[in-house]
Amino acid sequence: MLKDEDRIFQNLYNDRGSDVDSSKKRGDWTNTKDLIEKGRDWIINEVKESELRGRGGAGFPTGLKWSFAPKEVGSRPHYLVINADESEPGTCKDRDILRFEPHKLIEGCLIASYAVQAHICYIYIRGEYFIDGEKLQAAIDEAYEKKLIGKNAASTGWNLDIYIHYGAGAYICGEETALLESIEGKKGQPRLKPPFPALIGLYGCPTIINNVETIAVIPTILRRGGKWFASLGREKNTGTKIFCISGNVNNPCNVEEEMNISLKELIEVHAGGVIGGWENLQAVIPGGSSMPLIPKEKCETLTMDFDSLMAEKSGLGTAGIVVINKDQDIIKCMARIARFYKHESCGQCTPCREGSGWMWRMLERMAKGEASRDEINMLGDVTNQIAGHTICAFGEGSSWPVQGLLRHFKKEIEKRNNLNPIFDKDKNIPYLVDQHLLDKKDA
Amino acid sequence: MLKLKVNEIDVEVEEGLTVLQACEKAGIEIPRFCYHEKLSIAGNCRMCLVEIEKSPKPVASCAMPATEGMNIKTNTEFVEKARKGVMEFLLANHPLDCPVCDQGGECDLQDQSMFYGVDKSRYKENKREVSEKNMGPLIKTQMTRCIHCTRCVRFATEIAGVPEIGAIGRGEEMQITTYLEQSMESELSANVVDLCPVGALTSKPYVFEARPWELKKTESIDVMDAVGTNIRVDTYGWEVKRILPRINEDINEEWISDKTRYACDGLLNQRLDTPYIKYNGKFEKASWNEVFNIIKSKLKNVDKDKICGIAGDLVNMETLYIFKEFFNKTLGSYNIESRTDHSYLNPEKRENYLFNSKINGIEEADFIFMVGSNPRYEATILNARIRKAYLQNKTKIVSFNNIGELTYPYESLDGDIENIKKIIENNHEISNMIKNAKKPLIIFGQSSLKSESAKYIFESIKTFLEKNEKISKEWNSLNIISKNASTVGSFDLGVYKTEDGSNEVLKNLENHVFEIVYLLGVDNLKLEKKNEFIIYQGSHGDKGAEIADIILPGAAYTEQNGYFTNLEGKLQKAYKASYPPEEAKEDWLIINELAEVMNHRKLFNDKDELDSSMLNQINLFIEKNNSIKSSNLENLEFKQEILKIDIEDYYYSNAIARASKTMLECKNAKINLKLTGTEG
Repeated sequence: MLKDEDRIFQNLYNDRGSDVDSSKKRGDWTNTKDLIEKGRDWIINEVKESELRGRGGAGFPTGLKWSFAPKEVGSRPHYLVINADESEPGTCKDRDILRFEPHKLIEGCLIASYAVQAHICYIYIRGEYFIDGEKLQAAIDEAYEKKLIGKNAASTGWNLDIYIHYGAGAYICGEETALLESIEGKKGQPRLKPPFPALIGLYGCPTIINNVETIAVIPTILRRGGKWFASLGREKNTGTKIFCISGNVNNPCNVEEEMNISLKELIEVHAGGVIGGWENLQAVIPGGSSMPLIPKEKCETLTMDFDSLMAEKSGLGTAGIVVINKDQDIIKCMARIARFYKHESCGQCTPCREGSGWMWRMLERMAKGEASRDEINMLGDVTNQIAGHTICAFGEGSSWPVQGLLRHFKKEIEKRNNLNPIFDKDKNIPYLVDQHLLDKKDA
Repeated sequence: MLKLKVNEIDVEVEEGLTVLQACEKAGIEIPRFCYHEKLSIAGNCRMCLVEIEKSPKPVASCAMPATEGMNIKTNTEFVEKARKGVMEFLLANHPLDCPVCDQGGECDLQDQSMFYGVDKSRYKENKREVSEKNMGPLIKTQMTRCIHCTRCVRFATEIAGVPEIGAIGRGEEMQITTYLEQSMESELSANVVDLCPVGALTSKPYVFEARPWELKKTESIDVMDAVGTNIRVDTYGWEVKRILPRINEDINEEWISDKTRYACDGLLNQRLDTPYIKYNGKFEKASWNEVFNIIKSKLKNVDKDKICGIAGDLVNMETLYIFKEFFNKTLGSYNIESRTDHSYLNPEKRENYLFNSKINGIEEADFIFMVGSNPRYEATILNARIRKAYLQNKTKIVSFNNIGELTYPYESLDGDIENIKKIIENNHEISNMIKNAKKPLIIFGQSSLKSESAKYIFESIKTFLEKNEKISKEWNSLNIISKNASTVGSFDLGVYKTEDGSNEVLKNLENHVFEIVYLLGVDNLKLEKKNEFIIYQGSHGDKGAEIADIILPGAAYTEQNGYFTNLEGKLQKAYKASYPPEEAKEDWLIINELAEVMNHRKLFNDKDELDSSMLNQINLFIEKNNSIKSSNLENLEFKQEILKIDIEDYYYSNAIARASKTMLECKNAKINLKLTGTEG
């Protein structure tokens, strides 16, 4: 268990005040000037040394991302964009940072902006976080007042302006390029990559986009050193992470823990255990709704970090742990998640637009037991046709939970759906073969 | 040059190409729906997925830049599976109503699903239904068929410059619409019909008219404006069913204007199909012999100076040439003219009435100054090119008058002729803009050549340009937008009579000097008829036929072979796609036969002789013209006035368009006329 002094977010439960003075007591803004005076290379190196991986879901090394920004500012300005469009079901970590630890974020913005040479920082907050956005705005106003940001921010000589931009509640705007489109006032649809935003991003200018949590841990990493951060967790999965535990647990909560902590410990110690006891556990979604679920047998020994979950064909994602106990109908749960993705698909590219609805409808039927046996494999086929064929990662995000269900609960579906297929075939005909040729042979 | 491999074939491609283009260079076809050469890359249909070595996922080839050493594969099972998967998704919610779809037979989705798809659907859910959208009188929508490639959206925002088509909703509920369900405020709107790869946007006037394989296709030239758009005329028997664009990068790229495309139903209405003679104010049918004899007796009894001929806006060059020959040789008269208004013409040198920078050259221009021109209505395709130049180079554009929305931003002066004086005296900011520009473009519209100070405006600016070396062999910044398809051709052939640039024939006509007037397809002439005997030869019963005493039924542009010179001086041939109705004849033939009746001798033995004789004259003329040095007119006077821009009745500008129901509908849609149900 993480020692209290190693916790970065000391005010995660808002028992110490979120205003600037209380934050200063916890160490924020104390020696920002000194940190920045050590120079850009030192900052980026320190972040690289800490092996910090992006907390938004994909887990891309932050230091590496920063080093993609052009070394010199050309004719176009650089931008820093903070992704606070936290819409992944089961995830609520950014919200608590926005309202309880805003100064960690703002200070992080200043340091990151300096590191990537941006003078303007946009914080894109989902529209539903309106009150949290107001809290953050109050903190930004406070910081302006204390000259911590603005001209010559925190006497570092660096100018920084922070603007909040509210989204309109579309899940897809959390995808970094769709987020940029949305800031530009366009329809939130992901852009084609390449070019990547680090070179051509917001308004065509180099843009670095980071998650709230990633930026908020930066000042502490720099203060205590990348080595300290790297010493927590395990290799390539370092540091601490806020886990959001929800679902069928006695005490749903956000908790900051060390990477590589065991799932069982998280649930039992922090979340008060599964409702109905550990034996009542059915499955766990480890990283927000877009990650494949993990059945109980594997949960016993599972440790929570990027690579160990990858080995289980799942992912840490945003570390939004959704616990599902045996009182739930697992197929219905996945059908509901599929409906969410069908509703949130932006509609730009074909596989996701047409496939997400198809998956949902099939799952609904499967939940009712109205599907035929052959459709189970077909559903798997459809998920494979979506994942990897789309413009953005939404294709994967919408098909992974279904794939997880098929991987671990196929028997459950088969038990419920035992209708004969409309075309009953003795042979197992691969999909890619033209079936009418085979029909003729049969006739 | 980049070296890469496509299906183990080594290819070298230029830098900046996409993988899809590189594959095309290697001769490998990649299926696609959303990709279009003239539009920005969307990459959303996912049909063009290919395998690239070292990439775990299939890559959308239309959006991926080709790089050195790439190893692209398009024939693997991996690619096949990706394509079949995407095709299955596209067809999942597609209604598959091909038997009742107008796109059938020329549908990208149909073709590609035959080639790349699977013959069975596994989609058992209910298909999506999308309500139809009203997109005006030209575009029929059946949005259930839409595959959301967004070609139409990109066309409207990028090429047409009217961001009026877009997608609302998201995911499955995404719908392409004009938001307010009204017709697009663009003269290029119907190009979305060609762009649509499926039958979601089809042509409303052509609905259920024919199948593409039933139509005879003839490549031809359009006459609705002076641009000389390249078109393909599709006919079913005599009827012209539709007109489609043909690619010509120098002129129209891939687009045609709505008038070009849809005025063709005017070829079916109001046709003159037999000769007529007016008795007591009423037309009566007559035979060719009768009318020729009457014309002969009239012409013989009138002094040759009292005869004049005016050529109209849609006449091809052969007819113009034989018309001139008929007047000069058969009648001995030189009173022929092709201008139907008092516009200024300096025929001394060809460059004085051409668009000298060429349509292509617009893209190179760095400054555009328009004087008395509204290219949006006068030359729609050319306007699209100006927009392209603006998008590419942010070209600065200034208009002498405020002429309303042009699909690109421009600055405007107040239209006072005084400003011209300031400009040529270097007292105006425009003077410096012209001087500092490497390739300026000065565009004169017909409105400026019609004004009372036309001579001053044209000649003084021309002199100014020459002084500043903006008229040279490399770049000629002097540009005139002619309005009519026959204008440049008739000037080249010398169908005008002028001493000082004014329209002498028209002046005399207005003073009722002439006793016999021969109108060759003239329908835009404002003439108060007194005692003149008017012979009208043309294809449509329009304003010219109305005032005529004798009507000779001619052929329309789709019914005869004919040359046209477009506004930049390019000679192009329109081919015969159909034939003249009933008794009507090809225009040159009528004049040739009339000459035979008059003098017992044909002017030309056959069409070939006419063609070669005319082409010979044109060649001589152009050769001679190149050696002439233009003289500068000095000490010109101008009248204090505000230059007025003609308000162009775009959809009603010629006889064919006026006979077209579709054009009437467009016109009504534009002025928002509510239908009463009594239109007939």
